[in-house]
Amino acid sequence: MNDQLPPLLPWAPELATPTGGPPAAAPRRAPGFVAASLLALRLAWRQLRSEKARFASAIAGVMFACVLVFMQLGFRAALFDSAAAVIGAMRGDLFLMHPMTLASFKPEPLPRIRAYQVLALPEVERAVPVYLAQATWRNPEDGTRRAIQLIGVDTDAGVLDFPGLAPLVEQLKRADTVAFDQRSRPEFGAVARLLAERGPFPVEVGNRQVEVVGLIEIGPSFGADGNIVLSDVNFRRVVKERLVSAIDLVAIKLRPGSDVLAVQRQLAEILPGDVMVLTQAELNAHERRYWEQGTPIGFIFAFGSLMGLIVGMVIVYQILFSDIAGHLKEYATLKAMGYSNGYLGRVVLGASLILAVAGFVPGFVLSTFLYDVIGASTFLPLSMDVPRATSVFLMIFTMCAVAGLLAMRKLRDANPADMF
Amino acid sequence: METLRSPIPVDLRGLNYAYGEGELRRLVLRDVTLAVQPGEIVLLTGPSGSGKTTLLTLIGALRSMQEGSARVLGEELRGASEAARVRLRRRIGFIFQNHNLLGFLTARQNVAMALEQDGTQSESARLRRAAELLGSVGLADHVDKLPAQLSGGQRQRVSVARALAADPGLVLADEPTAALDKASGQEVVKLLRNLAKSRGVPILLVTHDPRILDIADRIVAMEDGRIVDTAKEKAG
Repeated sequence: MNDQLPPLLPWAPELATPTGGPPAAAPRRAPGFVAASLLALRLAWRQLRSEKARFASAIAGVMFACVLVFMQLGFRAALFDSAAAVIGAMRGDLFLMHPMTLASFKPEPLPRIRAYQVLALPEVERAVPVYLAQATWRNPEDGTRRAIQLIGVDTDAGVLDFPGLAPLVEQLKRADTVAFDQRSRPEFGAVARLLAERGPFPVEVGNRQVEVVGLIEIGPSFGADGNIVLSDVNFRRVVKERLVSAIDLVAIKLRPGSDVLAVQRQLAEILPGDVMVLTQAELNAHERRYWEQGTPIGFIFAFGSLMGLIVGMVIVYQILFSDIAGHLKEYATLKAMGYSNGYLGRVVLGASLILAVAGFVPGFVLSTFLYDVIGASTFLPLSMDVPRATSVFLMIFTMCAVAGLLAMRKLRDANPADMF
Repeated sequence: METLRSPIPVDLRGLNYAYGEGELRRLVLRDVTLAVQPGEIVLLTGPSGSGKTTLLTLIGALRSMQEGSARVLGEELRGASEAARVRLRRRIGFIFQNHNLLGFLTARQNVAMALEQDGTQSESARLRRAAELLGSVGLADHVDKLPAQLSGGQRQRVSVARALAADPGLVLADEPTAALDKASGQEVVKLLRNLAKSRGVPILLVTHDPRILDIADRIVAMEDGRIVDTAKEKAG
């Protein structure tokens, strides 16, 4: 023992009070809730930091849950976005659709005469029939066949708004010409490269030779792997079995200044029951509703997210629980020193919230990276956005908080009376 | 009588305590009456199972009372709520057989933990006071070391500094020297004795260690839950 003991304690009467009596006890006041919470948070941080391996595995667990949830939600949103890509690019004030059409990739045809009947209203400027069908595309490189979505419309009418379509309008008026969606899956062939090398070149669609004259951008969906846009006349040439009078959608343009909702009501009254009149927003919602409610896809992704959160919660719970179990003596000592259960609970909760933040940040970065990688390889529109990041953070936060609340029960085992 | 505020730091009357229920009920304290005066150092001795540790945890407000009356630092413990007991513990310094320091905090941070319950002090004031306290127990050069980097005697001195940090009105110690060699034990005991004499803080000490009996003002022997002998004014 080399340490030298000083002769007097700092509170010795000679030092503390010259008069000789013991100094009066300083007034005591418990720290406020915020101050105490911050101290608890700091204690939690110091405890977590002291065991690097355990801290790292806890962060990895939270990060894992975070990435899983991001991926599930990303796929879900990408599915719904891509499913509505074709419909979302339609430009019109009102649309006619058969009431039994569930989704645009398998439409129920409606009589073309309806498109002419709506012209009876003076507010209607144009009614453009849209043909939707799937046909077989033969890969120009290796000859394999695959179903592709056809969108047939009078390209002059201005009811389609796909990037790249506008400059192709005149070329598409020629017989047997199509515009190819360059974001289609690669199984359709390297059309963009071939087009750049050879200029417009022939391909086989639905047993008919047509010419690819240009590229547009739509993107694959779960309903269609690829898309081509062509004029209504060319559509009928490719899909021969289709009756000229059977169309799939009517896009209605109104004269400027018309009351869209009033016209919608009027049309619904005039037209027979084989069509429904939808606004652009209603059409989009109808398309999304099919994927969200009519398929188990929405449920699958929600379930996947939930599983990720549960796994993450169990990991965080395990880490916090073993942290408490390993430090029961220390926690009991703190209780003997007058720290309340509530304070120690805040330490545990603080640890769980630190884990939430420490796991979310790398999880967010990794997910953003994975979105790019997976988006590039699957051609799904995966991208990070603020609302999703916020909601995932709240989920991870809740997950960690619940784990912390569960682990807090272990604190009851820290009994200061057992310390002696 | 009961309404009078007792000036005596520890005033126990007719204390009974039992573990277990029904057939298994076992009395560990029988009619214990004990008073500790300000500045007095009282040693509790006795064979294991004699109830001295239970007595210490009752005085330290770590257990709820069953029968009898106990006034500690002016607070009646009989029927006291959990919150009231937690508040009282903040005014008592505990020293355990094992140091029970938080392994992930430095010596200074460990001592400062005892000060964090007083919201009137700033962080820098707490750390300054903790360093002062560590200096006074001869650890001025070790303030930023973790407990694992200190010897057993040094750790116990840190825990003494921690027990004294919050200006306790009473110090309870359970075999504080049991895990220490003679020299370290003597130093710890000397520290405690200095405290009691300079501040008027009473110390209640459970021990089997014959080397430290000489610091006591009074030795209370317990057996089978009863106080059997009090040797007064041994140290004079």
